[in-house]
Amino acid sequence: MVSSYEAVIGLEVHAQLHTKSKLFCGCATAYGAPPNAHVCPVCLGLPGALPVPNAEAIALAVRAGLALGCDVATSSRFARKNYFYPDLAKGYQISQFELPLNARGALEVELPSGTKRIGITRIHVEEDAAKNLHGVGAGTDTLVDFNRAGTPLIEIVSEPDLRSAEEAEAYLRKLRDILMFTGVNDGNLEEGSFRCDANVSIRPAGDETLGTRTEIKNVNSFRFVRMAIEHEIARQQAVVEAGGEVVQETRTWSESHHKTRSMRTKEDAHDYRYFPDPDLPPLVVAQARIDAIGAALPELPDAKRTRWRAELGLTEYDAQVLSAHPAVARYFDEVASALCAQAGGAARDEVGKRAANFVQAEILGHVEQAGLDARFPVPAAALAELLRLVERDVINGKIAKRVLSEMIESGEGAEAIVEREGLAQVTDAGAIEAAVRAAIDAHPAQVAQYRAGKTAVLGFFVGQVMKATRGAANPKQVNALLRELLGEP
Amino acid sequence: MTRPGEDAVGGVIDVAEAVRGGARSALEVAEACIAGIRAGDPALHSFLYVDEEGALAAAAAVDAARAAGEALGPLAGVPIGVKDNLCTAGVPTTCASKILEGYRPPYDAHVIERLRDAGAVIVGKTNLDEFAMGSSNENSAFGPVHNPWALDRAPGGSSGGSAAAVAGRLVSAALGSDTGGSVRQPGAFCGVTAIKPTYGRVSRYGLIAFASSLDQVGPLARSVRDCARLLEVLSGYDPRDATSAVRPVGQYERACERDVRKLRVGVVRDELEQVQDPDVRARVDDAIAALESAGADVVEVTLPTARYGLSMYYLIAPAEASSNLARFDGMRYGLRVAGADLTATYERTRAAGFGPEVKRRIMLGTYALSAGYYDAFYLKAQKVRTLLRRDFAAAFARCDVVLSPTTPTPAFKLGDKSGDPLQMYLADIFTLPAALAGLPAISTPAGLSAAGLPVGVQLTAPAFEEERLFTASRAVEDALWRDAPAPAFAAPRGDRSAVSSAAGAPSR
Repeated sequence: MVSSYEAVIGLEVHAQLHTKSKLFCGCATAYGAPPNAHVCPVCLGLPGALPVPNAEAIALAVRAGLALGCDVATSSRFARKNYFYPDLAKGYQISQFELPLNARGALEVELPSGTKRIGITRIHVEEDAAKNLHGVGAGTDTLVDFNRAGTPLIEIVSEPDLRSAEEAEAYLRKLRDILMFTGVNDGNLEEGSFRCDANVSIRPAGDETLGTRTEIKNVNSFRFVRMAIEHEIARQQAVVEAGGEVVQETRTWSESHHKTRSMRTKEDAHDYRYFPDPDLPPLVVAQARIDAIGAALPELPDAKRTRWRAELGLTEYDAQVLSAHPAVARYFDEVASALCAQAGGAARDEVGKRAANFVQAEILGHVEQAGLDARFPVPAAALAELLRLVERDVINGKIAKRVLSEMIESGEGAEAIVEREGLAQVTDAGAIEAAVRAAIDAHPAQVAQYRAGKTAVLGFFVGQVMKATRGAANPKQVNALLRELLGEP
Repeated sequence: MTRPGEDAVGGVIDVAEAVRGGARSALEVAEACIAGIRAGDPALHSFLYVDEEGALAAAAAVDAARAAGEALGPLAGVPIGVKDNLCTAGVPTTCASKILEGYRPPYDAHVIERLRDAGAVIVGKTNLDEFAMGSSNENSAFGPVHNPWALDRAPGGSSGGSAAAVAGRLVSAALGSDTGGSVRQPGAFCGVTAIKPTYGRVSRYGLIAFASSLDQVGPLARSVRDCARLLEVLSGYDPRDATSAVRPVGQYERACERDVRKLRVGVVRDELEQVQDPDVRARVDDAIAALESAGADVVEVTLPTARYGLSMYYLIAPAEASSNLARFDGMRYGLRVAGADLTATYERTRAAGFGPEVKRRIMLGTYALSAGYYDAFYLKAQKVRTLLRRDFAAAFARCDVVLSPTTPTPAFKLGDKSGDPLQMYLADIFTLPAALAGLPAISTPAGLSAAGLPVGVQLTAPAFEEERLFTASRAVEDALWRDAPAPAFAAPRGDRSAVSSAAGAPSR
């Protein structure tokens, strides 16, 4: 009896390349069109039609390879994977087999135990299949929607370096993050543009040899990946502990039953008869082109967060929140860089932090995400104009929120609104002093409390002054003056 | 009903010049052509479909363009037959297979677009061995083609319908496709000139694939010059075919006017010694003598790997075919024979839809690609193919073109080889090497056998040197096939009433 088992997990991720058109024809990749709206002789596999690679898709696949530290092949090959299924128009899928575009990469994953390097075996380019729609139309019919057929994918195959469901989930989240920030993939699990198969095996802890693996197909959320792997590890352990042997098979995750079940065993496995696709010459990408794609590689999320922490004084938490989506990160970067252009050093930290807080508190709630794009309530430049008014003490933070509502409503600029509504804060020392004195005179009891050492009452006085000035008084000045006139507690 | 020597249509250049000069109208030519097919094709069965309506409309458009003073294309008004594995928009395209019976593609093949742009009148779809797999046209699911030189003989294959239609003077020229010799071998059997261009010279877009790394579209015509004019129209880069070459097209028609002085003609002596057929030996010797007397130098070369041509070809071509023909599964178009479940539907559809030779090659190819056999068969064949390319490169260091017979014998009798696949495959023994090496090769008639059957001579050139082939084969034609003798069979001149009464009815 073995006392403890270790899980060995490798992941295969199919990520849709974020292109306008399909991998081998000019049809649109748009999701959600009526069935068979985006089809042509090529993606329908009509007799005589031929594939021609989409240069944009290849460039994105190279970008993915470079972002994940792969060696990018200057010459790779498309190969045919032959099998029969109604969603496969040609009777074969064009994929890559012996010579993939990208190989030997890695991804660093942050785990509670520290950073772990997960090897990436290969990243190859392939076309997606169509979609079978069961039981539509006349009752039991299965109809096929070819809109998805020929959509460009990359398959990212990891080394079996993962040891738990948590590690697998962390790897997937990190991978999705990188693909989104490089504009390779829109990260949309529900629409199936980021799909995962997991290869799972167990072995006695400390063993070097791999156990028999099972493959879990197409799990479409991070939570389900974790659950499916956990369930599969437990199932295999139970099989082994009961004296049985794990059977090599493909299993499918049932969302409704929260367990995996057998789909097909090794005996039913296809012989895909891979061979180089004679319709497509070797895929040649010049080294100069690879270098140019590498030079234009967008900032990766890790680098972005490190920079924000170092240059803008953001906390790890803030940096995480603001880099959850590439469009948000880009938006924040624009706002921050507009604001910080003049600031430097410690002042820059302050400005950065305040901008981060404002974006999180006031903007994120209004953001509508759509794939790799997002709609913001106001453009980054307009928000920077508003926040600059705060930095220059023209308005305070509270007024800024009010101005923002106006901006969203009317589309007007911050300065115009402040001007029109007379919202510029009162910085005239005389006017503020009058309001402060009035507040002190009106509340002798609170004055006594303060002087007795209950300094929290200061907030009460600030509130009174702000109320009297309709929020327009400069809070810093109000604070300073109150302390002065109330005297030492 | 045959009247020897009668020709209602005319050759490519003759028709194009007559239409351009106004001596004939395109409509008149098209009507004569269709009438000729109606009268003559029942004996040949070279057509699977005659697109009378389309042909007359295309001809009328040429005449209208001329009347409007527009410039006419190089094939204006020329009636052409097209092998039925080339997609024609809205016109049945069957590959002579039951699995595609009634299929009408929604688009034109690249070569069809080229023909239309050049003013050609596409009169119909010619018969072939099913999916271009065969050397006698007996593998057509819709019945064999008869050789116009002797109706009991095979026209060759797989472009047998195209070759017979041209030889029978039913059309000015035809398009075929060549995978292992499928335009050259029927060209030789039927006494017409046929060229397989360099792989990549002509776009394959819209050619229904048999073996993608070998397939090329090529013209068949009555003369070398006619062939040259057609190939000039068909050639050129097409962005829809990733294997299409980005290279300027040669001046093929002009190359026909060059002389062969100092041209080095390579001959593979061992190959010639192996030719058993005395007629073929004699005509090849005639061709060598003709080239020599025209000023060419004959040199000996060797192609040691060529003897493995048949072995290579019957691994590579079926392997690619097994994958290319997977799309015919009864799901989206063509024949469907429903079964109890999906697998049964696939099996029944493909069992009923494909003929025996197609099934044999799908099985051969599936086996050659299977796990555990791939390295020993498919990969090995590809490696030998590289050696063959090197053999040719070495030979072309010593000569400009290589001369050989096109076929081991003149046309054999229908039924003679149909029961023995290996004997049938041997009919392509001389045409396979150029196909495997991707090189251009032309077959042109070099005279008749004692029995009155045409014999072809093949010339092969380095990649993209088609011009040399036209120059050299013109010299052979000039000496041995001047004025293009017509077969005993020829389509009688039809009359207009016959055309209109048959309007719209397909020929089969």
